[in-house]
Amino acid sequence: MAPIRVHGTPFSTAVGRVLATLYEKELEFELVAVDMKAGEHKKEPFLSINPFGQVPGFEDGDLKLFESRAITKYLAQEYADKGTQFKCGDSKTAAIIGVWMEVEAHQFDPAAAKLTWELAIKPRYGLNTDTAIVEEHEAKLAKVLDVYEIRLAQSKYLGCDCFTLADLHHLPNIQYLLGTQAKKLFDSRPHVSAWVDAITARPAWSKVLALQKQ
Amino acid sequence: MATPVKVHGPPMSTAVSRVLACLLEKNVDFQLISVNMAKGEHKKPEFLKIQPFGQVPAFEDGGVSLFESRAICRYICEKYADKGNKGLYGTNPLAKASIEQWLEAEGQSFSPPSSVLVFQLAFAPRMKIKQDQVVIKQNEEKLSRVLDIYDKRLGETRFLAGDEFTLADLSHLPNTQYLVGVSGKGELFTSRKNVGRWWNEISSRDSWKKVVDMQKSSA
Repeated sequence: MAPIRVHGTPFSTAVGRVLATLYEKELEFELVAVDMKAGEHKKEPFLSINPFGQVPGFEDGDLKLFESRAITKYLAQEYADKGTQFKCGDSKTAAIIGVWMEVEAHQFDPAAAKLTWELAIKPRYGLNTDTAIVEEHEAKLAKVLDVYEIRLAQSKYLGCDCFTLADLHHLPNIQYLLGTQAKKLFDSRPHVSAWVDAITARPAWSKVLALQKQ
Repeated sequence: MATPVKVHGPPMSTAVSRVLACLLEKNVDFQLISVNMAKGEHKKPEFLKIQPFGQVPAFEDGGVSLFESRAICRYICEKYADKGNKGLYGTNPLAKASIEQWLEAEGQSFSPPSSVLVFQLAFAPRMKIKQDQVVIKQNEEKLSRVLDIYDKRLGETRFLAGDEFTLADLSHLPNTQYLVGVSGKGELFTSRKNVGRWWNEISSRDSWKKVVDMQKSSA
């Protein structure tokens, strides 16, 4: 049994963030299914791993963690010498990478996650898309991507000239949105579009998508 | 003596006060530079150069220019690891992992509903914006569920990440100060035994008292 276990479904954006990191770092792990329809994530023993009742839950030996962005950071630190390095130079760029990780969490994700839910997930469950919410959040995301367009004209990736967690954290939502009308927001901005092509083409990300097909 | 770091923004901003609390905990000298938000200074080209989303705070330390309060706090803790409160961001990888987990919980679960309540209850009235009672009720319910989880956790450990005060607790100070202090929603915290105990401890720290003083004197 691998010491690293991820509890959750590969369709979850937060789980996808962790899986992408595990593949980038070339780490062995076990994906443990959580029956969300049956509410397994809202009961023990899952709550002992994540008291907020959300996926993913994560274990590495005795260590238990939740919050995907804390888990990816832990993996990058603990297994620094394995796989993708997620950095580019000195501690000064580490600070900038940190800034853009927060930008994903607090500027990009709030708008993108709402759009993913309305445009990509709800239709799968036969639920109606709320067009007012879509319009509101497409406008918000557009403003964020305007800033990204300027940034990505100066820097190959968001944090620096190398692929880091600041870019990786965007993958799950971007992948969903590319399959919806929101794709235009990325396509219409040349630097953003090139960046989206680069990050979604990474072999580690393809492996996450392959898990969704199983 | 090293050049003081620069923080751009008003102390009454929750995000700015998060950075100020961290600087005070770490005994790092800083210069607070005012930003006239009433006049839209934060949306002008000069400011957008240091914060492209037009929000406060912006931060400078020599040649390093940063934004996003939680990223600034992490930077301060790493760069000035040996100053002030050395355990604020953990002194070993396991401690750090737990701090990161609860810092993310703050950012993803606590902050969204509490920020809405802070805006509706503390800022909307002064900006002469009408409060939305439906939104207030919805977010109070969301925050209550989060605080139930916190109350259980704080029955197991003294602070969120473990038995020491860390950046994870600090990050909660700004919003909670408004909710307990001026918005009449203090009961959300004080009616929960462990959360109430935790709030008393973290808000009594000298560093936070200084921030509250700064907020009062700039009002």
